[in-house]
Amino acid sequence: MANTLVEIKHLAKSYTRGGQAVPVLYDITLDIARGDFISLMGPSGSGKSTLLNLIAGIDKPDSGILRIDGEDITKLSEGELADWRASNIGFIFQFYNLMPVLTAFENVELPLLLTNLSKSERRERVEMTLALVGLAERMEHYPNELSGGQQQRVAIARAIVTDPTILVCDEPTGDLDKQSAADVLAMLKQLNEEMGKTIIMVTHDAHAAEAARRLVHLEKGELIGDATSTAAH
Amino acid sequence: MRPARQRIDVYFLKLIFKNVFRAKLRSSLTIIGLVIAIMAFGLLQTVVDAWFAGANASSAARMVTRNAISLVFPMPSYYRDRIKAVPGVKAVAHSQWFGGIYIEPKNFFPQFAVDHENFFEMYPEFLMTPEELLAFKRDRQGAVVGRKLADQFGWKVGDVVPIRGTIFPGEWRFTIRAIFDGKDETTITRQFYFQWEYINEYLKKRFPRRADQIGVFNIEVTDPGRIADIAKAVDAEFKNSLAETLTETEKAFQLGFVAQSEAIVVAIRVVSFVVVFIIMAVVANTMAMTARERLAEYATLKALGFSPKFVAALVYGEALMLSSIGAGIGILLTLPVASGFANSPAGAIFAAFKVSSDTVLMQMACALVVGLVAALVPGWRSARIRIVDGLRHVG
Repeated sequence: MANTLVEIKHLAKSYTRGGQAVPVLYDITLDIARGDFISLMGPSGSGKSTLLNLIAGIDKPDSGILRIDGEDITKLSEGELADWRASNIGFIFQFYNLMPVLTAFENVELPLLLTNLSKSERRERVEMTLALVGLAERMEHYPNELSGGQQQRVAIARAIVTDPTILVCDEPTGDLDKQSAADVLAMLKQLNEEMGKTIIMVTHDAHAAEAARRLVHLEKGELIGDATSTAAH
Repeated sequence: MRPARQRIDVYFLKLIFKNVFRAKLRSSLTIIGLVIAIMAFGLLQTVVDAWFAGANASSAARMVTRNAISLVFPMPSYYRDRIKAVPGVKAVAHSQWFGGIYIEPKNFFPQFAVDHENFFEMYPEFLMTPEELLAFKRDRQGAVVGRKLADQFGWKVGDVVPIRGTIFPGEWRFTIRAIFDGKDETTITRQFYFQWEYINEYLKKRFPRRADQIGVFNIEVTDPGRIADIAKAVDAEFKNSLAETLTETEKAFQLGFVAQSEAIVVAIRVVSFVVVFIIMAVVANTMAMTARERLAEYATLKALGFSPKFVAALVYGEALMLSSIGAGIGILLTLPVASGFANSPAGAIFAAFKVSSDTVLMQMACALVVGLVAALVPGWRSARIRIVDGLRHVG
């Protein structure tokens, strides 16, 4: 596929528990196109989060090929991988993972500290991004002064502020009420459709999964379904 | 966008500072512990310094001659002229430990019967007016007291001080004729001096066999560089006599007293370091709890692209800031507490009780070591945490 951003071939991963290797992913082969919005679905223990972690470069596979934008990230050292993540990946977690001692502004600024931007450039970009997620008025608020939905929007702002290639979302609506979840999904769709962000989202929630263009099902570490979403877009 | 090396800037310090006061109660208790430990360390070190204060304030140009057998054995007073005749000896005086009690034993202070004509000429660090010194020399019952001692008991010139003798039995009454100040803060001003002739006249009448005996001779030399040779020459003068002598520098003489209580000094030193060790364990525990609670945050930082070094620096920075705050307050409090102790009745047993710059430096060094050691294990663990494991700590 000419427009392939993520290229996965025969990927396998196992964890060692109690001295025994427990396979989590078997022979996964999957391509994700640039600008796609994909939902990874499956029951607990299906390996969807592990696959997401491998794509995000926070874990390493046992075998197989994993190329992102043509680069085999399995060959990168820990330091190179950290730099690669800083440039290419935006993370959105289920529990937001914001720094509680930092304001919304400072949380969003955090990944920019790894760039060469000047202080004024950082400020400009953070303000613009927070405005984009509708939190321009809440910049100086601490996470505990924000609702769950607002915190997740700050997390989204932090994820996109560096203009990464891929957004990885691990159950982004799992801790939110229905309305906040809908808002967050709408925002992700907007980022995908209007800004062309490639989004890979892990979710249990079939309704949330419908926000994606493509649904990939995993079960017991194997890919069992790959379909285009009918509800979305 | 190409990633740059992370900047250790104001942002980083702000993050550390905010983290320090995140668990306010825990941080406050740890800081209180640090304050007490650093202060206790400083005070105990000052006690040790005070122990050596007499020796450190000694003159390099003075020697002390005593009976070679023991200090408790006296020497004949006529030794004075023979010592004076030894080449290199500039001046000779003598003094005798009195060991009396002022009102009650707890009011202890050192009392010496001295050669009133020569003694103070040999001790220029005791500052008093010539008129006062003359008044002392003219009064057989006159006394010269140090400023600290006078202040402690509220004495002034003209006051009569009754002292009950133990080595020299009887009720002795002295009239204060001079109060001396120290040349600098290292000069001890807690002594009480009076005329040796006063007790000698008494002994001649009541215990003639104990009269004309001297405790120690104080000798000033012309050339401090030759002091060892002069000491040998003095002792050679009395070789094979009834009372052989032992002559040593004033500092060595003072250190001889300190050596007698060396076990106490060692114990104080050990306790001071035990205190530091205990607080190190307390801070390490605080940091271990802190780092454990923040594993998810550290994992998030690493996921965002921050290096393990950055995460370790956060832990080290927090431990160092915690120990610095505690140590800073502890050091600031050590000074007034030491001053208060020095002026209290308990502190009066020390001739000089002052926190030295060395002690402050040691307190700072202790704080640094405490911070670094306390962060060692939590810093290493936090830096090494696998991102996927750390992220599981959320919820």
